[in-house]
Amino acid sequence: MTSSAASSLPRVAVLGAGHVGPVIARLAIDAGYRVSIAASDDPENIALITQVLVPGAEPRWAADAIENSDLVVLSIPLHKFAAFDPALVAGKLVVDTMNYWPPIDGVREMFEDPAYGSSEIVARRLADSTIVKTLNHLGYHELDDDRRRAGSPDRRALGVAGDDPAAVTVVADFIERIGYDPVRLGSLRAGRLLEPGGPVFGVALRRTEFESALRSEAA
Amino acid sequence: MTTAPLNTPADSAGEPAPFPLEFGIDTFGDRTSDDSGRQTTHAQTIRDGVEQGVLADQVGEDFIGIGEHHTDDFPLSAADVVLAAIAARTTRIHLGSAVTVLSSDDPVRVFQRYSTLNAVSGGRAEVILGRGSSIDSFPLFGYDLADYEDLFEEKTNLFAELLKGGPVTWQGKTRASLHDQDVVPHTESGPFPTWIGVGGSPQSVIRAAHYGFSLMLAIIGGSPTRFAPFSQLFQQALERFDRSPLPVGVHSPGHVAATDERARDEFWPHYLETIRRFSKIRGFAVPTRESFAAEVGPHGALYVGSPETVAQKIAANLTTLGANRFDLKYGMPGLAQSALMTNVELYGTQVIPRVRELLA
Repeated sequence: MTSSAASSLPRVAVLGAGHVGPVIARLAIDAGYRVSIAASDDPENIALITQVLVPGAEPRWAADAIENSDLVVLSIPLHKFAAFDPALVAGKLVVDTMNYWPPIDGVREMFEDPAYGSSEIVARRLADSTIVKTLNHLGYHELDDDRRRAGSPDRRALGVAGDDPAAVTVVADFIERIGYDPVRLGSLRAGRLLEPGGPVFGVALRRTEFESALRSEAA
Repeated sequence: MTTAPLNTPADSAGEPAPFPLEFGIDTFGDRTSDDSGRQTTHAQTIRDGVEQGVLADQVGEDFIGIGEHHTDDFPLSAADVVLAAIAARTTRIHLGSAVTVLSSDDPVRVFQRYSTLNAVSGGRAEVILGRGSSIDSFPLFGYDLADYEDLFEEKTNLFAELLKGGPVTWQGKTRASLHDQDVVPHTESGPFPTWIGVGGSPQSVIRAAHYGFSLMLAIIGGSPTRFAPFSQLFQQALERFDRSPLPVGVHSPGHVAATDERARDEFWPHYLETIRRFSKIRGFAVPTRESFAAEVGPHGALYVGSPETVAQKIAANLTTLGANRFDLKYGMPGLAQSALMTNVELYGTQVIPRVRELLA
């Protein structure tokens, strides 16, 4: 986790300055990434939050942050997703950290189709983007505490699911660098295993435990 | 005690002003048991809560807060009524909500109820406003959870106007407009202390500073130290808005008994059972003995142990977080009333004096 490699690392845009976004942005900064952060409106409104909680990140308008990024982290409240403009992230690699959980969000018609996971529905709407699902199944309050150096015996595993293997590789590397063991899932459809109520949601598991939890559920 | 100085100019000094240490207890109206382990009725749970509040006053605690809940496990939906009953039998302790789910309430009604409580208690009312981590009130009162942010922002705005006293003119989308409206009862000596409870939203920290409300950090899991930046954010935002420094508090769950072992043994089965039920609804993991031990340890969020263990942890975290108030959320559905009374007594007679000693 050094900053010397910053020039070769993908540039990260975090969309969302609520519970989750600033934490992911801070971890990315610590891992040496160049990070911009955006909310739904004027960056001036999140300037103080950024300065205190994510020193080193640049608050920007969403469109500017996305344009100058290689990897977009989407951490907006799921109920605001219906109003999110797909054109903003067209052609981009988008990391979907969101969850659909009706007891918390209320019922969202758009996500009610039981045949699809929430990230599959996100991917259908963001049809011109490449979607990878990760970081959805641990609490934002655990993100800081649970990261460990590579090789630590208690390093926690995080699932990384997507249909595009090259995109999954980029995101798996991101997960590795911020302090977690990435476990690749071969499709967004398989990413349903990472959802609320699934075998790994909210559970701190090491890689072997994580893989065996996924296997026993999929079996 | 704390005050909520609305619209006061900032001090010239950049350092946060030292506020007196305060120690409170909070309950969510956790359903009690009798000594044979039999669950009590909702009515008995509420009467038990009144006794806890009276004892808290007798043993020198500064505040009792009741968090509005609407479930069978936590049948305390009308906190202000219970607080009024405690007020009638006490003289010193401050009484407040912890929290009032303002998003699904009417700010005018909340002001009226707590202004009334302030009157019957001789100026001892406080309010802690929350956006709504307890979500049961939204469907109950016909609100859409997706609107909680807008509801909370607008209603906080109106509540701040009401606290100023005097006729209110206000317009919004979530309730009827007010035009030069006198809202009674008037308070005798300015606004009562008002806090905003924050669980992890930086915008809520900014909002508290914007309106001149104190900051109550609700730390219910994980390492308390990760909230230190929120305390800094609050101080900087107050400066940005030209406001004087304001108190910062910490609300965390726990259980105090004579020994560490006894406290853990009493608390664990009810904690496990309660979180297990929540985990079905909310999708998160059921705690294990291992995760419980981590939360109870020095880097976790639970204050479960002997008076000495709990006092050490409170002192350390108040210092780390730049906070002057600690509110222990005691109880858990199924814990016996006798254990809760012991907890309240030990907190007042042993924990609080020890923390004061450690921080002197």
